[in-house]
Amino acid sequence: MGESSPKIVIVDESPIRAAILEEGLREAGFTGVVHISEMQSLLARIYALDPDVILIDLENPSRDVLEQMFQVSRAVRRPIAMFVDQSDAASIQASVDAGVSAYIVDGLKKERIKPILDLCISRFNAFAKLQNELDRAKSALEDRKVIDRAKGILMKLKGLTEEEAYVLLRSTAMREKKKIGEIAQSILTASELLK
Amino acid sequence: MTTPLHIGFIPLVDAAALIIAVDKGFAAAEGLDVTLVREVSWSNVRDKLNIGLFDAAHLLAPVAIASSLGLGHVRVPISAPFNLGLNGNAITVSAALHAAIMAQIDGDRFDPMATALALSRVVAARRKSGAEPLTFAMTFPFSTHNYQLRFWMAAGGVDPDEDVRLVVLPPPYMVDSLASGQVDAFCVGAPWNSIAVDLGVGQILHFASDILARAAEKVLAVRQNWSEKNPQIVAALVRAASRAAEFIEQPQNRAEAARILSAPERIGVDADVIQRTLDGRLKISPDGTMRASDRYLLIGREGAGRPDPAQAAWLYAQMVRWGQASISAEALQTAKAVFRPDLFDAALGRQGKGADAPGTIGAFVGPAFDANDIAGYLAAFAIQRRGKS
Repeated sequence: MGESSPKIVIVDESPIRAAILEEGLREAGFTGVVHISEMQSLLARIYALDPDVILIDLENPSRDVLEQMFQVSRAVRRPIAMFVDQSDAASIQASVDAGVSAYIVDGLKKERIKPILDLCISRFNAFAKLQNELDRAKSALEDRKVIDRAKGILMKLKGLTEEEAYVLLRSTAMREKKKIGEIAQSILTASELLK
Repeated sequence: MTTPLHIGFIPLVDAAALIIAVDKGFAAAEGLDVTLVREVSWSNVRDKLNIGLFDAAHLLAPVAIASSLGLGHVRVPISAPFNLGLNGNAITVSAALHAAIMAQIDGDRFDPMATALALSRVVAARRKSGAEPLTFAMTFPFSTHNYQLRFWMAAGGVDPDEDVRLVVLPPPYMVDSLASGQVDAFCVGAPWNSIAVDLGVGQILHFASDILARAAEKVLAVRQNWSEKNPQIVAALVRAASRAAEFIEQPQNRAEAARILSAPERIGVDADVIQRTLDGRLKISPDGTMRASDRYLLIGREGAGRPDPAQAAWLYAQMVRWGQASISAEALQTAKAVFRPDLFDAALGRQGKGADAPGTIGAFVGPAFDANDIAGYLAAFAIQRRGKS
């Protein structure tokens, strides 16, 4: 890297996302990375660490706490927000879409920030994708439980075998152009009502 | 044809006119298809408005001015064609600080001069005994909360930068921080003061309207260049918000308004707490003491919806007083031009009539505010940070 590695602080209450980002930064040769997950006395910790770059997720209300850094004259170095330089609109848009914001100490060269920010955006997007997959897997599991319970109800009420119950669910779903899980859910709801 | 709009807001009661405009169909009646986006920080609201992800936003009035002046951040000129609320904040203190102030008070407990002087005696006693300085929390460096706290305590001789710690804290963390002793007091909007009282962790010491009779709190903010390109949409938005504000101000509609606002994806707190705020009838102590004020929060009534450039000038004067902005005639002009009574009047067809509204700031101390002589006004205040930024 030529110059010494900039000191980077990650402010994120999600330990997994922070770990993914931290790992990516280390792999890219940024060795001075510190993760802060505790929001109490956030500013005091940041002043003690004196970072060159602060990365914070946009779902974090403590972004407003960081804004205070612009006010405190006793801070040795003044940070600037990433959005100050509007020339790179695409990268601003990408970072907001990814859900991350960066604060950079004044004077750090733009070409040194770009790879950090790009990496940050790609890791945040990777995490969001992972989260989506996890949510989908969870809801698939949830669907399976609902379908099993609906099958049980049909077997009991209509004297069907498990396979017949499933075929009935599937054919109803196809006829009504709905998901099997939705049909199963309506059976559960109906059976609750009729109890 | 409907116009799709994305509008950001923070879950606070003073977003009421915006939320009701959408959820009661006033916006749809104006041909607007508004998606409200709930946000977690003022920084997010500002940035998303600035880069165009939001068409409009519920925004702290001082942030609209700071953004237009390029203070602390990128300069993006903002216009405020509608005032979502005047006042609405309160100062809540821990039980211990409340007791300490009441032990020192000489005068009425709702008199901000009496409490400010009492606070200065508490601060002096703490210094003498070697205790840690008191910590006061507020919501944002460019916020009315910041200026109200500073204005109040400085009047009693307490220097907000030297004698206490004044810190930014996101509103959802305030009640916990007061309970855990991380902070001794805070100034915030509704519903957080009431929540602290209901949970028994704080006492409301002042309504911000004790300190200033009329303070512009949150505005409906749009980018100036967007507003110039879309005058019809801005006018439609102003009409929708204005109708919503009128709706909320009818006492018989308050229960319905509070119920709408209490939805989880809107403000997400009990309708009862929201209604107390709209009614200006707040429980101020865990012992059940109630206090009512018809000035606690003004949404639409008494001409509150019409932006008043003198209010913008007063906020700019506070930025100058506390070293956030340098003083210049040009900056003062820019600040005043953020507040757009002309757009308000044009939208509602009320040319000139809005001027009937009382225009005073009504601060409890200091000379009458002169929006054309900031330097002269500020000279009257002993404690200030001018020129030190």
